[in-house]
Amino acid sequence: MNQENMQEEKSFWEKLLAIDRRIIFLFIIVAIALPLFFKVSMRIPVTPVAEGTYQAIENLPAGSKVLASFDYDPGSMPELQPMAEAFFRHAFRNDLKVVIMGLWPQGPLQANIALEEVFQDEDVKAKNLQYGVDYVNLGFTAGNEVVIDRMGHSFEESYPRDGQGTPLSEIPLMRGVRNYDNVDLIFNLSAGYPGTQEWVQYAVDVFHVKLAAGNTAVQAPAMYPYVQTGQLSGVLGGMKGGAEYETLLGIPGRAVRYMFSQAIAHAVICLFIIIGNLAFFSMRKRRAS
Amino acid sequence: MRREVPLVLTAIVGLTMIVSHFIPPFNILKDLFEDWFFIIAAFAIYLGVLNLLRVNADKLYKKKPDAPFGLVVILGFLLITIPGLFFSGGRSFSDPGTPFYYLYIHVYYPLSATMFALLAFFVASASYRAFRARNVEATMLLVAAFILMLGRVPIGDWMTAWLPEGYRLGEWADWIMDFPQTAGQKAIMIGIALGVVSSALRVILGLERAYMGGE
Repeated sequence: MNQENMQEEKSFWEKLLAIDRRIIFLFIIVAIALPLFFKVSMRIPVTPVAEGTYQAIENLPAGSKVLASFDYDPGSMPELQPMAEAFFRHAFRNDLKVVIMGLWPQGPLQANIALEEVFQDEDVKAKNLQYGVDYVNLGFTAGNEVVIDRMGHSFEESYPRDGQGTPLSEIPLMRGVRNYDNVDLIFNLSAGYPGTQEWVQYAVDVFHVKLAAGNTAVQAPAMYPYVQTGQLSGVLGGMKGGAEYETLLGIPGRAVRYMFSQAIAHAVICLFIIIGNLAFFSMRKRRAS
Repeated sequence: MRREVPLVLTAIVGLTMIVSHFIPPFNILKDLFEDWFFIIAAFAIYLGVLNLLRVNADKLYKKKPDAPFGLVVILGFLLITIPGLFFSGGRSFSDPGTPFYYLYIHVYYPLSATMFALLAFFVASASYRAFRARNVEATMLLVAAFILMLGRVPIGDWMTAWLPEGYRLGEWADWIMDFPQTAGQKAIMIGIALGVVSSALRVILGLERAYMGGE
């Protein structure tokens, strides 16, 4: 290789390393947005941790009561909202009673949005579900883990009324529900603090209630030790977890649809990392020589 | 007295919470302290709102360079709060169909999601510039990240479909998540727990006073 060619190659790698970040942004937006226009069915392998969550709900007999805590905001919506919708479809299909609450102010609103979506399904419409009988939304209460702890003694101490202001004693679904002893499962969708970790520490460890969860992809790895010890029945991790849940449920939804987009985006990021490393090694080799 | 009273209160409340876990009669005191906590937490929300308004009104009043952002914050606050408090049916403000719900769905929801979505772009850019196989440790991290990024999405299995079952990228990713990752998480959790216990003891015993705004 002559001096001129080396100079040319060097400038090429240097240029590549100093590439304008807006070009990277452009590649990413195309990688994310373009696949959304195609309907590609990809096989979603199911992991045991995701199946644990599914089985925890699936094994409940009809009429069982599930306390669903929505601890996230719209920032985590792409990952957690498909899980919320799949959970409601699952619960209503199996005739479970759902008590909704939130440790995040936006959580109960996210539940309402998911309910609105699920109520469009013909199967769910046919069930003629009644507020207060089949499901209830208790709303948000400030206090983080203290709310979890107090609910172990009495739900009414933390939530004297539901989100609409009706006293708990006047809601048919809440009759006979005093504390965790009267619910069969807690399902938690969480994007941080307070979230699944607090539910494990203050509800599962103290009151021995059963817990299943869905988390953002960033948070889910921290929950694996709890799954291994049995403190957590299972965890759905990120959009992949949502897609696994939808696959198990047999109702492919938004998570399955978005997986193609996420797959292409991951592949593009990997490609950028490879190019970055090739440039790095090429320049290092040149400097050494 | 300004220092002694908070220290004594902290010690009493902290010790009561620990003791009540082992001696049930102390639960009466624990419940009382938790009631206080609920009241303080509720007031903290109001305090936060007042502080937000004060800080941003101050920016406007003093015509600071970032005053336009302060105006946006105040207008945004009023835009959500007024319809929520006065035009959305009181306690049922968050029900579908109310003005508050409309604003939540069409303003707050996309803005919040957009802010979080921007992360994807910065992660991609940062990965390109900083994810280098500089040494053995960095290479191991890079390889693990690669397997997870491709193995956690269907494309990983598609790329390695020619391999026998059990050796595909998705299965490697699951192995990393189940074993090295979980082992690391456990070590971190135990470390954090020990740190929390020692910090809590220091606060209860009055050795750690930074929460009072000094020392």
